[in-house]
Amino acid sequence: MLVDVEAVVQKNTRLSSDYNVVAIAAQDIAAQALPGQFVMVKPQASHDSLLRRPFSIFEVLRDNAGNLAGLSLLNKQIGVTTRALFNAKPGDSIRCLGPLGRPFSLPGSMTQAWMVAGGVGMAPFLGLAAQLRAQGVTTTLFYGGRHAGELFYLDAFRRLGVTLHLATDDGSVGDHGLVTLPLSRALQRTPPATSAQIYACGPTGMMHAVTKLASTHNRPVEVSLEQIMGCGLGGCYSCVVPVRSPGGMRYVRSCLDGPTFDGTRVVWDQIA
Amino acid sequence: MNVDLSVDIGGLQLANPIIAASGCFGYGLEYAEAVELSTLGAIAVKGLFLDEREGHPPDRIVETPSGMLNAIGLQGIGVYRFVAEKLPPLQAAGAVVIVNICGSSIEEYAEIARVLDDADGVSAIELNISCPNIKKGGMVFGCSQQGTHDVVAAVRQVTRLPLIPKLTPNVTDVASFAIAARDAGADAVSLVNTFLAMAVDVETRRPRLSNVVGGLSGPAIRPIAVRMVHECHQAVEIPIIGMGGIMSAEDALEFMIVGASAVQIGTANFVDPFIWTTLLSDLTTYLHRHQIQQVSDIVGTLSLNVEGSQ
Repeated sequence: MLVDVEAVVQKNTRLSSDYNVVAIAAQDIAAQALPGQFVMVKPQASHDSLLRRPFSIFEVLRDNAGNLAGLSLLNKQIGVTTRALFNAKPGDSIRCLGPLGRPFSLPGSMTQAWMVAGGVGMAPFLGLAAQLRAQGVTTTLFYGGRHAGELFYLDAFRRLGVTLHLATDDGSVGDHGLVTLPLSRALQRTPPATSAQIYACGPTGMMHAVTKLASTHNRPVEVSLEQIMGCGLGGCYSCVVPVRSPGGMRYVRSCLDGPTFDGTRVVWDQIA
Repeated sequence: MNVDLSVDIGGLQLANPIIAASGCFGYGLEYAEAVELSTLGAIAVKGLFLDEREGHPPDRIVETPSGMLNAIGLQGIGVYRFVAEKLPPLQAAGAVVIVNICGSSIEEYAEIARVLDDADGVSAIELNISCPNIKKGGMVFGCSQQGTHDVVAAVRQVTRLPLIPKLTPNVTDVASFAIAARDAGADAVSLVNTFLAMAVDVETRRPRLSNVVGGLSGPAIRPIAVRMVHECHQAVEIPIIGMGGIMSAEDALEFMIVGASAVQIGTANFVDPFIWTTLLSDLTTYLHRHQIQQVSDIVGTLSLNVEGSQ
């Protein structure tokens, strides 16, 4: 059931000079959320900015007694909305609509999962990792960022039993370069018979590269796209993604048909 | 006092005067989880051509101060699939359906209207002669009084359904277009569609929309839209459906006071899909407070006499 709440900010954890995690009391959304789904958020009542912004659901939060306490959003300040979220204070309220979108698929036959994250694209993977580990799936995170200080929640992934492969633009930790470096190595040394599902979220170029690599190695790949969205409900037709279809290329709404897509379905060179 | 929210828009009977605007509410069914579709005055569904259309490549929207620019390009499923796939569930949900139609030629407009005239569950036709985002059709007709007249007259001949041309604000004198529409047999007019506009990324020096230009909507345009409804109300006696950046019942009342018999809610659906109950209850509260029993009694009650105003 679709829920829209004025969610109270419980906690704002600064991770760096532009990344933070905002915990909000949106229990009714958290209770229904599946890994890969998103919420439409508006932290300010004013018309600047006017529209909500889509955010992956980062964590489903529970209190010490195990009761549902809300959800959190991984945020990087870039524009008006993300700046407001970066500066949110406990007690502030944030309009939050969700849960929305098609969650990640979790094939029952899967024994291994590889998650490939670039920057803020790590957001949907903490929840996915928790789900995968609960199902006993061997899980690996390939995680790239600009430098060591921009790779977050590594301990949280480790606690879940996730194997980490890191990459940074400046080589301050892990591979010096793109996250596709460790991914490529792992693909080459993994026997083709191993059933590994690949998930990717990050910059478009990265997801395109991951899709190509996965296809070369005959691995299924699911990407989580981050198109500019107007409404999140399928009403505005703004967030379309070009996909292959029997009749040729079609535009489908990423809020309804996505945000998760089979990477090989996406017509990458036509994406904005 | 029981207030009566019902209105008559040129033969189209609505339980209340608040309508979902075309292009901002999908085919209505997308919003069924947020609002009981039967509680809306009506739903103007996304503009339909005869055949399916893919629309423009992304990026299709960009935010601007208190507004947004869009260039979707009328992506849609075409009238045949609409009648087969969307009308039955809309009918089952009790929705009052206004079908917004668009053509590349007068013949296409007329053909779509014929298809809709034969279908069950269509309450009115809104003629999109004002979309700024397509090269052929749409605003090409709406920017010429003769074009407006010819499209309306052609569609008038093939349908008995209430006919509502949706006017573009991208003209010098919008009232003259309301007159042209009336003279050609329109039952009502709706206005405004979006304002042709543009935004540029100064870092890349590229337009922010793939289509270069797009239509501006949202609160930024509301005062201009109110003025245009006011001008049309002075020029024609047929009902007017007003729209442009309405975010609250108070905004809707502005349009009604200057002469709109009903209003449409567009961009606000994107910001708050649950806005409908608030709009209706706030409108009712206003009528109670002003001791007005019929919402239609507020229409065109603008007081221009400063001395004698209450």
